[in-house]
Amino acid sequence: MRLVILQNSATVGEWSAKYVMKRINDFKPGPDKYFVLGLPTGSTPLAMYKKLIEFHKAGRISFKYVKTFNMDEYVGLPRDHPESYHYYMWNEFFKHIDIVPENVHILDGNAEDLVAECNLFEEKIKEAGGIELFIGGIGPDGHIAFNEPGSSLTSRTRVKTLAQDTLEANARFFNNDISKVPQSALTVGVGTVMDAKEVMILITGAHKSFALYKAIEDGVNHMWTVSAFQMHPATLFICDEDATLELRVKTVKYFKGLMGVHSKLIEGI
Amino acid sequence: MLSQQATVFALSQVELPQRLIKFKNCRILRNHTIIREDLWVRNGKIINPEKIFFDEKGQAHVQIDCHNAIISPGFIDLQINGGYGVDFSYDINSVEDGILKVSKKLLAHGVTSFCPTLVTSPKEIYHQVLPKIKRKAGGKHGATILGVHVEGPFISIEKKGAHPENCIRELENGFDTLEAVYGDISDVSIITLAPEKPRVPEVISELVRRGIIVSVGHSMADLIHGETAVKHGASLITHLFNAMMPFHHRDPGLVGLLASNEIPDGKTVYFGIITDGIHTHGAALRIAYRTHPKGLIIVTDAISAMGLEEGTHRIGQYSIEVRDHKAYVAGTNTLCGSIAPMDECIRVFLHETQCPIEFALEAASLHPATCLGISDRKGTLNYEADADFILLDDNLIVHSAWIAGECVYENNKHSIPKVDVQPPEN
Repeated sequence: MRLVILQNSATVGEWSAKYVMKRINDFKPGPDKYFVLGLPTGSTPLAMYKKLIEFHKAGRISFKYVKTFNMDEYVGLPRDHPESYHYYMWNEFFKHIDIVPENVHILDGNAEDLVAECNLFEEKIKEAGGIELFIGGIGPDGHIAFNEPGSSLTSRTRVKTLAQDTLEANARFFNNDISKVPQSALTVGVGTVMDAKEVMILITGAHKSFALYKAIEDGVNHMWTVSAFQMHPATLFICDEDATLELRVKTVKYFKGLMGVHSKLIEGI
Repeated sequence: MLSQQATVFALSQVELPQRLIKFKNCRILRNHTIIREDLWVRNGKIINPEKIFFDEKGQAHVQIDCHNAIISPGFIDLQINGGYGVDFSYDINSVEDGILKVSKKLLAHGVTSFCPTLVTSPKEIYHQVLPKIKRKAGGKHGATILGVHVEGPFISIEKKGAHPENCIRELENGFDTLEAVYGDISDVSIITLAPEKPRVPEVISELVRRGIIVSVGHSMADLIHGETAVKHGASLITHLFNAMMPFHHRDPGLVGLLASNEIPDGKTVYFGIITDGIHTHGAALRIAYRTHPKGLIIVTDAISAMGLEEGTHRIGQYSIEVRDHKAYVAGTNTLCGSIAPMDECIRVFLHETQCPIEFALEAASLHPATCLGISDRKGTLNYEADADFILLDDNLIVHSAWIAGECVYENNKHSIPKVDVQPPEN
């Protein structure tokens, strides 16, 4: 496991965008060789998307041969609702880049048969050859995608009922009316993300610091689902200073000491 | 990496009506705000690209780089008597040619739709001319014709302005008189009349029932007359301040409609205002703008001499002298009408009122469209609206005009010299 500690959320965005760009460009994707990317939504990755758009507009990266799979989507929310993840992905990322619509995969929360939709999603990931790089964020309770506390660490893509805490946290996006917050979501499982060749998790802000502590210093525990990635062969946590507040000094010093090594990850771009 | 060879064409060579066109690198006027956003067009309509992306998995066939231009809905002129030597009310033997000529020339000023306006005329002229001016979709041949604006003859003699006095009439038999005088009104969109005339309220009701917009003007009306007309369905004031009683604090006249508390709930009274910098004083523009911005519609009220060179021109029975961008009765200092084109009127209005650019543009697009009840398809860049729009720079100089997604005018002098027409990105 790697932990890259950066100044603030903007630098986290820039660093992670550079890393994604380097990974894709080094991969040399082409018509017979697509780069498969797992994507998150939420506020944390916004800065990364902005930077990727900037790099794209500067001609430094193309998404023509990139396939994407998104982590999750609400059930029953109209696709053009500003809180839907389709809306987010279109407005914050896809409309600005050269990605081919056929290569974009987002779970359809309005599908007639939700279980079939989830199974099909797993199939499509398999067909695409698995995910090369899965990018994720986490919640303050350590959830990754909608794998909330207590989710099986071997879970697959499925329908998930949302915890009361999540509904309350999300109410602010629905005019503070909790009855309007979707009660369930479709989400990739922890196991789905674990299958990715590499996982990159972005964590910023003091309110996520306890989750980061649980993720990397405490043991693997399904009450903090992100901790499962301790068992993943290639996980990269990227956080800002604020998110390290609950870590031990020793941990922070150790990873900061490795910064020289980590900087090589985005060298030459 | 993205070294696709961009093919460069002139805008007017882009003839791809069925194709999916993406205008990029532009700022578009949507929901009263200029935002950085691409504009997608197909089959002559503005479309929602999100649906294309997720439902059709489609991509733009053509991308047009707008070089940071502002995209505004095309301008709509509700009052224009002619231009380029054409007078709609007098050139009765070449009505179609005259309309065609003006509609084509208007494109250069960003006008993509208009209401040809007829001044007070004898009955025979209406019977001859009205059937020849049909509503007609725009295109390379010219701006869309939204129907005729007939100004008069049921107006006030005292406020006749440049209208011939001997043709002014009363509505002796109410709507029957109106029909007898005009003849075929199936392509009439707006009728200007003086609300103080006997039997006007019932005539207004009937016109509104038939879907015609009634505008009050050329009138001695007091505020009560105006309010009565509005209650019967009138919804527009013709060239505010001009040819009406001046504002008086004990009887504000038609101007008082801007601040009347007798307007039915939910109704907006619109008013045309000539913003050529001559026919309405800057302070009057500001009063109108600050009092009732929602109803403000910029009109040119242009006459035949618009677009003509300086000098004396014989038009119909008149001799008009164009001097210092003003039109005079030849050999006199009497102004005979407005000759400022729409884009200039908008720039004057913006300068005089210091309003937001968005407002100035909407006062010549969204507002007239809403007044006519066609804002679902004209005067807006919302999804599913007609792709009638213009590209402008920040000084509001028109660079190009588009109707139904087709480039109908391109300014060679100022702008965007060429556009990049690129193949789809896959």
